[in-house]
Amino acid sequence: MAKVLVVTSGKGGVGKTTSTAAIGAALAQNGKRVAVVDFDVGLRNLDLVMGAERRVVFDLINVAQGIAKLPQALIRDKRLENLWLLPASQTRDKDALTDEGVGRVIAEMRSSFDYIVCDSPAGIERGAMLAMRFADEAVIVTNPEVSSVRDSDRIIGMLDSRTVKAEKGEQVGKHILITRYDAARAARGEMLGIEDVLEILAVPLLGIIPESQDVLRASNVGSPVTLNNPASAPARAYADATKRLLGETIAMTVPSERKGLMNLLRRRAA
Amino acid sequence: MSMFRLFASRPPAPATAPIARERLQILLAHERSSLGRQPDLLMLLREEILAAVSRHVALDPDKVMVRMERGKNVSTLEVDVELPNGLEPALAAAS
Repeated sequence: MAKVLVVTSGKGGVGKTTSTAAIGAALAQNGKRVAVVDFDVGLRNLDLVMGAERRVVFDLINVAQGIAKLPQALIRDKRLENLWLLPASQTRDKDALTDEGVGRVIAEMRSSFDYIVCDSPAGIERGAMLAMRFADEAVIVTNPEVSSVRDSDRIIGMLDSRTVKAEKGEQVGKHILITRYDAARAARGEMLGIEDVLEILAVPLLGIIPESQDVLRASNVGSPVTLNNPASAPARAYADATKRLLGETIAMTVPSERKGLMNLLRRRAA
Repeated sequence: MSMFRLFASRPPAPATAPIARERLQILLAHERSSLGRQPDLLMLLREEILAAVSRHVALDPDKVMVRMERGKNVSTLEVDVELPNGLEPALAAAS
């Protein structure tokens, strides 16, 4: 049974696209057939983070409007053969996306993929609403910071009211993914702690991604962080979060950077 | 600043996370309530209250203050209308 997963947050810049790429790649590494879909019409970036920006021909709107067939628009990842990308349109107006059009595309994708991971744009406009519209599960990306937590709360309310599942009286499965977490600052009381965020949002935790330079390194070279440096702290955190998404029970830890000499040397060499 | 203070360890900054937590709890409790689901409610109340008052008194819109205070358990809406004295003749003429 295919699962539609939306990666959302309300607030921008918290790590939705990074998380979509990392979780999409990790699901594919676990043997699933995965498509990651960019809903950020006009400001697409998932193609860039995935390293496929030069291979975009058709996009989500082309498929939704019937101008291109789905297989023509899907871009196969060069590293993982069971990972595909459906890019967003860079030029069209975001109002070109319609409920029916997206519904048709998602329905078609359900028959050929195990996971369809929808990268939501920031905000609560049409693109964000359509990204969550057909979701079975949601990953709510949250930074331990007041504006991000507030926006996540707003998005949680929408997942419970504006999705097809909610309208049928069912529940979208919700998971909090805390990103850019700095354990030292949280310990000093300078940053909201994990318990604070979870208590306020009352949604179970999927994983804790530590603040790390590896995230920027990975996006610089156009590779999901889980593929670019699998031993890095954020990659391990994303790999664990993905396993939890797949139903495995994995102890919740905050992976930290290994600062050993060997690691330092290895990093220099890389 | 003395030279020694340059080298002395700085006093730890006060923990601000508990303040963030408290502020969020109050704000979200409000936003999740029925009041919060209608973001324009304040505007609506303001307009309707002013319309009601101005049916009887000539109002200067600049002399009206509307304040909202969101508390943990109750919120208050405060409408402060300044009424100049000696308006009765103007009111009679208007109606």
